[in-house]
Amino acid sequence: MLVALLRSRLAALLLLAAIMALFPLIAPSAFYLRVAALVWIFALAALGLTILMGYAGQVSLGHAGFLGLGAYGVAIGPAHLGLPPLLSLVLAAALAGLIAYLVGRPILRLKGYYLAIATLGFGMILALVFNSESAVTGGPDGMAVARMTVLGWRITGALNWYWVSAGALLVGAWLALNLQASPSGRALRALHDSEVAAAGVGVNVAAKKLSAFVIGAVYAAFAGGLLASLNGLITPEASSFMQSIELVAMVIIGGLGSVFGAVVGAAFLVVLPQALTAFQEYEQAVLGLLIMVFMIFLPDGIVPTIRRWLLERLS
Amino acid sequence: MSVLEVSDIGISFGGLVAVDGVSFAVEPGEVFSIIGPNGAGKTTLFNLVTGIYRPQRGSVALDGETITGLSPYLLVRRGMARTFQNLQIFFRMTALENVMVGCHLAERSSLLADLLGLPSVSRQNRITRTAALALLERVGLAAYADRPAGSLSYGVLKRLEIARALAANPRLLLLDEPAAGCNAVETETLDALICAIARDGVAVVLIEHDMKLVMKISNRVLVLAQGRRLAEGPPQSVRNDPAVIAAYLGDHGSREADRAQH
Repeated sequence: MLVALLRSRLAALLLLAAIMALFPLIAPSAFYLRVAALVWIFALAALGLTILMGYAGQVSLGHAGFLGLGAYGVAIGPAHLGLPPLLSLVLAAALAGLIAYLVGRPILRLKGYYLAIATLGFGMILALVFNSESAVTGGPDGMAVARMTVLGWRITGALNWYWVSAGALLVGAWLALNLQASPSGRALRALHDSEVAAAGVGVNVAAKKLSAFVIGAVYAAFAGGLLASLNGLITPEASSFMQSIELVAMVIIGGLGSVFGAVVGAAFLVVLPQALTAFQEYEQAVLGLLIMVFMIFLPDGIVPTIRRWLLERLS
Repeated sequence: MSVLEVSDIGISFGGLVAVDGVSFAVEPGEVFSIIGPNGAGKTTLFNLVTGIYRPQRGSVALDGETITGLSPYLLVRRGMARTFQNLQIFFRMTALENVMVGCHLAERSSLLADLLGLPSVSRQNRITRTAALALLERVGLAAYADRPAGSLSYGVLKRLEIARALAANPRLLLLDEPAAGCNAVETETLDALICAIARDGVAVVLIEHDMKLVMKISNRVLVLAQGRRLAEGPPQSVRNDPAVIAAYLGDHGSREADRAQH
């Protein structure tokens, strides 16, 4: 029974929903809810990367660029174009998808390191634009973001944001899990292992890669929009190279290709810096060290390792 | 009409002529073997036919339609499937999922439906699963269905590749050294399997070093040496061709080939 549950994809979703429902009951203060909301939002961005890297096996070192697109979308829409924040979010996500489609067509022909460098360059261009177009983006100081309203309801307070971000992540996880076990998902996972063999059974490798890139971009842009709205402020930091690396680290530490792993990886990288503030200026160094230790001892990532261990104990 | 018609095909890599003006045709239900010493250009010829390399000269026709230079994924849609000499398995998937990917072309679903997990997707998954299981059964691997492909032995993976290629429902099947690394029993099973596939009307093109297997199941044999055609014909005549014996079979090979008759 437990084994079947571990193998079932619904189980991951139920477990996630249960954790989301229970956490507010034990959270000691609004600060914890806020951190949890950040975890859900970054997990959503990481999930997009899970589809691109974990399913399809394509590296992106510029994924924070899409995060920034979504974030600046919800900032610029209401401030400069007079659009409602929610519509801005949807438009920004669509724009990110369109840009991913246009950029992805040429660069997804590249493989491995070359693709990594091309995506890195793409992310840097976006960060540069956000940094230097001060008239629109506020430059390095960033810009204020209007409050998100959904059907006249203004989302304020940590608890409300907690539920909104949790809901968004649940939907994202549900879509990713659906994809995993579908014909398209199988084709993506196939080209991860062998592009030659995938093409050999009729998979349009270029089109499939592109679809994963677009999906990943839309996830990241959505997460970026939520992040900006939650913080009420957006700076180019959100689309920086470091942010891209952090997203990749979330996916790998949690477990490449695992939907639940993306959430665990996001939790790890969002919560740990908060816990490590005691180390003051050595915080980054300790964080880096911990990441190294995790990768050495759990090279498959946290979630797949635990899952395999449980399956072995149970069967 | 021939299923596959290759005419005067050729390619060279940096001055080295790997395949030099080779022509052959394969009929439905026929087992057509390509043999030759290592480096004769057999796999290169396969890669030219299956669109992995673009030929510098000559043409390839499938059912009378020219397909020269088309991408591999388009060739599958036209009824050509292949296996690989160096295994190309989806190692992170189970054996069954490997074959399910092979059913990709027959699957009717869209990315949106897949993301939303619509009932049509579950229905399609069930259909694909049934078809894949039947194919595993056919190659004798039903017992391995839920095993991760990464944990299976070489001989099993060779047959798994055949099952995956058959999933595309090809009219032309190209097998690149299917018996390599197989033990005697596995080769025996393979022999029966290939004959059964051909009996269903599929044209089978086979690259193989196991002379016993080649001589036993082939209708015709093409001998390549240094990228050129050395001989072509029924196993009997090829085996007795002095040029072939000198270039490839040697005394040992001839003895092995003889044994196939008994």
